[in-house]
Amino acid sequence: MTRVLELDGITKRFGSVTANEDVSLHLDRGEILALLGENGAGKTTLMSILFGHYTADAGNVRIEGQLLPPGRPRAAIAAGIGMVHQHFALAPNLSVLDNVMTGTEPLWRLRSDRRAGRAKLLALSEKFGLKVDPDAMVSELSVGECQRLEILKALYNDARILILDEPTAVLTTQEAEGLFNTLRDMAAKGLSLVFISHKLHEVMSASHRVTVLRRGRVVAERRTADTSKEELAELMVGRKVERPSRTDTARGRVLLEGRDLKVGGKGGASLKGASFKVRAGETLGIIGVSGNGQTTLAGLVSGLYPPDSGALLVAGEAPRRHDVPGAIAAGIGRIPEDRNTEGAVAEMTTWENAVLERIWSPEFSSRGVVKRAAARAATEAIIRDYDVRGATVDGRIRLLSGGNMQKLILGRVLTADPSILVAAQPSRGLDEGAIAGVHARLLEARGRGAAVLLISEDLDEVIALSDRIQAIAGGKLSPAIPADRADARLLGLMMAGDWSAARAIAGEGEGEKHHAL
Amino acid sequence: MSAFFDILLTIGMWEAVLRIATPLIFGTLGVLLCERVGVLNLGIEGIMSFGAMAGWLAVYSGGDLWAGMLAAALAGLMFGLLHALMTVPLGLSQHVTGLGITLFASSLSYYIFRLAVPTSSSPPTVEPFRPLPVPWLSDIPYLGPTLFNQTAPTYLALVLVGMLAWLLYRTPLGLALRMTGENPHAADAQGIDPVRLRIGTIMVGSALMAMGGAFLTLAAFNSFFPTMVQGRGWICVALVVFASWRPGRALLGALLFAFFDAYQLRLQTVVDGVPYQLFLMLPYLLSILALIVMARRARVPHALMQPYRRGER
Repeated sequence: MTRVLELDGITKRFGSVTANEDVSLHLDRGEILALLGENGAGKTTLMSILFGHYTADAGNVRIEGQLLPPGRPRAAIAAGIGMVHQHFALAPNLSVLDNVMTGTEPLWRLRSDRRAGRAKLLALSEKFGLKVDPDAMVSELSVGECQRLEILKALYNDARILILDEPTAVLTTQEAEGLFNTLRDMAAKGLSLVFISHKLHEVMSASHRVTVLRRGRVVAERRTADTSKEELAELMVGRKVERPSRTDTARGRVLLEGRDLKVGGKGGASLKGASFKVRAGETLGIIGVSGNGQTTLAGLVSGLYPPDSGALLVAGEAPRRHDVPGAIAAGIGRIPEDRNTEGAVAEMTTWENAVLERIWSPEFSSRGVVKRAAARAATEAIIRDYDVRGATVDGRIRLLSGGNMQKLILGRVLTADPSILVAAQPSRGLDEGAIAGVHARLLEARGRGAAVLLISEDLDEVIALSDRIQAIAGGKLSPAIPADRADARLLGLMMAGDWSAARAIAGEGEGEKHHAL
Repeated sequence: MSAFFDILLTIGMWEAVLRIATPLIFGTLGVLLCERVGVLNLGIEGIMSFGAMAGWLAVYSGGDLWAGMLAAALAGLMFGLLHALMTVPLGLSQHVTGLGITLFASSLSYYIFRLAVPTSSSPPTVEPFRPLPVPWLSDIPYLGPTLFNQTAPTYLALVLVGMLAWLLYRTPLGLALRMTGENPHAADAQGIDPVRLRIGTIMVGSALMAMGGAFLTLAAFNSFFPTMVQGRGWICVALVVFASWRPGRALLGALLFAFFDAYQLRLQTVVDGVPYQLFLMLPYLLSILALIVMARRARVPHALMQPYRRGER
């Protein structure tokens, strides 16, 4: 095998923080290497050095034996490195072809050769089975299509080494599977790939070899065939991690009920008839591929907008007002889907974020003046009790990692002891250690008698945490099945809108209940 | 009533439209270039004033008219560099920096003017650009004397519209410019340095603004006085929005505004008993109306007013 890429002794410091220390790794032709590590382990920094966005303090990069000049993206591109960024580097108002062709021709040419560009793009699209429309506006593309475009951009630059930074972070399960098929195909055609991930099942299914980073250092290297999820998890986190599991709790009365809820045009996809019940001490899991109305459902229950028709009952009664203060007053705790835009105000301090939604309560203000001492004390308590690492009361919340920001949001919500909890995609983008923490807190809320509405697209998460599960497809909710009857195949069918099996199972449950009565 | 229409039939009216539009075309193209790479340049009002002074001074002290235009362009490049250094590598507020440059450049132009002409109470004049009839074409009835009997800088402005459109939509550099204004991170990821590109573009855009100012002293009038720009720079900023950041529509917008302006000027002499100030307002009122209609569909460059720092989002 030919060695195409070699990183030797890379060290990078940002002030007092060491992001990478003496990192060495290599990549062979036709190989898929997974770079595994938790958030903050230094994976992205390492790849940014390789691509020339950062300059290493020590160490060097060799491509096909040649030393790569540091700090110059253009040199990296010329050497055949293609980078697919985690946050897409695309311009939404320009066409697909524009995005691909930017910077690929000599700048001072008097005329851009669009025809040649289009032909090259279409040929690549054909060769690797990555379908695109060169004239579509990027703003019209789905997330999966944007990802495809990012890969094509790299291939258009004649990349022979492709680096993908958490490529599945924004993809649905199906899209992710499609992506990995593409990657395998590309490796078979002689490209060499590095993909960065903290998701164990992806690493196991898609890579040939794994390099594990922890706190900026390489802690292990394994052939994928010779290792296991468990071993990798332990290497990555540095200790054994187990996701907590559900224990039986006493269920109470129905705290949250939806009756044929319909909402059009809000929060993206419409809701076209959703009925569900959540009891005290129970978790109802709503599983579905994103874009099927779950965001709308979460917004509805959170009080962002009223239903067009149908009824939303809180503790058996229709709330008098359908707005956010009303939802907060009704004891509905909300963990929003997008913590960065809806869950926190990035530029404000931790304490401001922690108390903002209850700022008018007598606890935190009186006569229009904020009680800073009380607010700061409450924030201190959240930081301590919920183990929000890296947070200071007066620090800006923007500086927290995703996992720690989520811990703070959980703390903010749970200290108010909500009777109903809406958790939308609570572990999206978090690493293994943080997920375990979030799950423990959600189970704790359920144990305290809260009715938990868990909206997620992660099968394992829904099965592990829920008592009952409904799938959302095309804005409608399937019949509910007990979680112990759920498996990946059945949930897959339900998410695709085939509810015959679910209906049968739900029917059994009804039958039993009638029997019992 | 027919007097209102008679104005529209005079050659003078239409000839004035193009003349009034010329500095607006220069200025609008300048603002458009800056904003296309993502930087607002509110320095335009002052840069036009300085360009007017620099152009006039170069000619007054013996240079020829094109040397005057060149002097203005060079001054524009310098002010552009100043604005660029503050807004691009330093990432300062583009509003504040731009307004600061407007105040600075306006005052400086008057200061230099007073240094050059310390005593005179009536501003000294220069020999301005003369209309340059295009052979054959200027003989076409109506169209000829209006379109093809203009001064050289007006023809230059019209040619620039086409050149800029070609640059933006047909060349690799133009694509790089647009990408930088839409998403500088994406440009950087493709090996284009957004910082250098922004600095260069702001300089060129500012040079265009200054040439628009020089047109005032070297073609429209023949002398410099400190308040002569009279908000034309601000109109250009609005015209760019009206134009949805497209050069062709920028030309259209400039012509439309110039038409209102030329028309109200002539209405003042026709209509009695109405304060002329009301007519002065007319072009601005109509511009606001046009802006309301057009700007709703405008596609703002995505990264406008966002400073770029590598590794930060």
